[in-house]
Amino acid sequence: MSIKVSGLTKYFGKQKAVNNVSFEIKKGEIVGFLGPNGAGKTTTMKMLTGILEASEGQAEILGLDFQNQKAEIKKQVGYLAEANPLYTDMYIEEFLSFVANVHKIENKKEAVQLAIERTGLIPERNKKIHQLSKGFRQRVGLAQAIIHDPQVLILDEPVSGLDPNQLIDIRALIKELSQSKTIVFSTHILQEVQALCDRVLIINKGELVADDQIENITRTALEKYRMQIETKAAIKLDALKTAVSGLKVIDKKHQKYILSWNGNISKREEIFQFLVAQGHVIYEMKMEQNTVEDVFQKLTQ
Amino acid sequence: MISVYLKEINSFFSSLVGYIVVAIFLVLLGLIMWVFPDFSILEYNFASLNQLFIIAPLVFMFLIPAVTMRSFSEEYQAGTLDLLRTKPITENQIVLAKFFANLSLVLFALIPTLLYYYTVYELGSPRGNLDTGAIIGSYIGLILLAACFVAIGLFASSLSKNQIVAFLLAAFLCFFFYWAFFYLSKLPIFYGRVDDIIQKIGIDYHYESISRGLVDSRDIIYFITIIFTFLWACKVMITEFRVR
Repeated sequence: MSIKVSGLTKYFGKQKAVNNVSFEIKKGEIVGFLGPNGAGKTTTMKMLTGILEASEGQAEILGLDFQNQKAEIKKQVGYLAEANPLYTDMYIEEFLSFVANVHKIENKKEAVQLAIERTGLIPERNKKIHQLSKGFRQRVGLAQAIIHDPQVLILDEPVSGLDPNQLIDIRALIKELSQSKTIVFSTHILQEVQALCDRVLIINKGELVADDQIENITRTALEKYRMQIETKAAIKLDALKTAVSGLKVIDKKHQKYILSWNGNISKREEIFQFLVAQGHVIYEMKMEQNTVEDVFQKLTQ
Repeated sequence: MISVYLKEINSFFSSLVGYIVVAIFLVLLGLIMWVFPDFSILEYNFASLNQLFIIAPLVFMFLIPAVTMRSFSEEYQAGTLDLLRTKPITENQIVLAKFFANLSLVLFALIPTLLYYYTVYELGSPRGNLDTGAIIGSYIGLILLAACFVAIGLFASSLSKNQIVAFLLAAFLCFFFYWAFFYLSKLPIFYGRVDDIIQKIGIDYHYESISRGLVDSRDIIYFITIIFTFLWACKVMITEFRVR
């Protein structure tokens, strides 16, 4: 087990920022940590990196606990903070070799070189950090997080504020890193989760509201189906509703309809049979996927 | 710890801070000791470095806070303290590394003043007619005093993410611990009763005692206590009551 969290709680004064959160993450998994702003994502991640101490509950990383083996944990965890703090008046290589020094890496030059190569910083390597664009700064942030070859990577909003090209680059980089490491990353951009991870943790107001594979979450959280239909002639909607119970018509434009129902996916067959019996010419009949957006909104309302 | 120390030293000399501090310190001391007729050694006609050891604490009182003010304030501001905190390095090591880095810069500024010693030594009549013991004591005193001011400055810097606030607080605390107790002891409620104890709380009492060339273990213990108290408070500030 790479990360094991049980009953993690954090108070700031009287305010509960994180409330009794428990989850486990296996080795090699890439997990998205999702939630609206202020839900407690960053606080949880800070507790997993040892920046903050938990008020209650336990967190273990690679079987090491924070009370006694904090130093050991720090060697095994790489962290990219939300604001990506860096010493901006340093040169990239200077900064990375400083980080390598702090980690007491033996083969320092090689480690710096490797981090620069892996994060695609080679064209900018002789610049000072404050001269870099946001995308390249993010790469420097990632480079300092992976320089000591940690087994666990914790990335707080690694793609926020990047332009679409940078976003694709960083996403590819994270994907590549995930082959050899356990990764937890937080985001409120839902496409990111769909693009990158196997599993989602959704947190809202400090509480874990969902922990599952993406497909499962989208299916079970809503149990709602939507279908788009286009026919040649207008459908008699009243007749359709009586023939197939529990249908709702969400939208109607000319001969295009959007229907929805709860419960069973097999209703699409009944709809088809009804249309055929009525002699309709069907141009299009398509199930709409529930998006993570829908789930997210429902779970975090 | 050494890596953070070297990083701090580098940042002094890769920005202008290091050079400006050394330059201002030396120009100011040089002017007062050799040029301004009211204080000048050349007009004074005695072979001593008294001026140096009277003026240097005053210069340190605003120069050291100017050096230390960025130590933690800047890290709070940029969020880089969290970066350090995720690395395998303890808060104690961070505070000590910054303490020694700042102290090194001050000592670096102090080294060229050895030239003044040599000059006065040569100018003495007869040559070398100079109380070397007192001067060695004074240098030890000055180094300990600088270390106190650095510790105070680091503590002030750990209180705020605003560098100006850190500077003003540090300058005030340095002034207060250096001077205020001597004058407070003159208040009627203390005078004649506990004024000697009040005076002993101040840094100047111990500094002057060492300056006489009398390196007393009580004075050394006093300085070390002050330094460790402020460094400890600084460590508590950055761990417990961190500025967000």
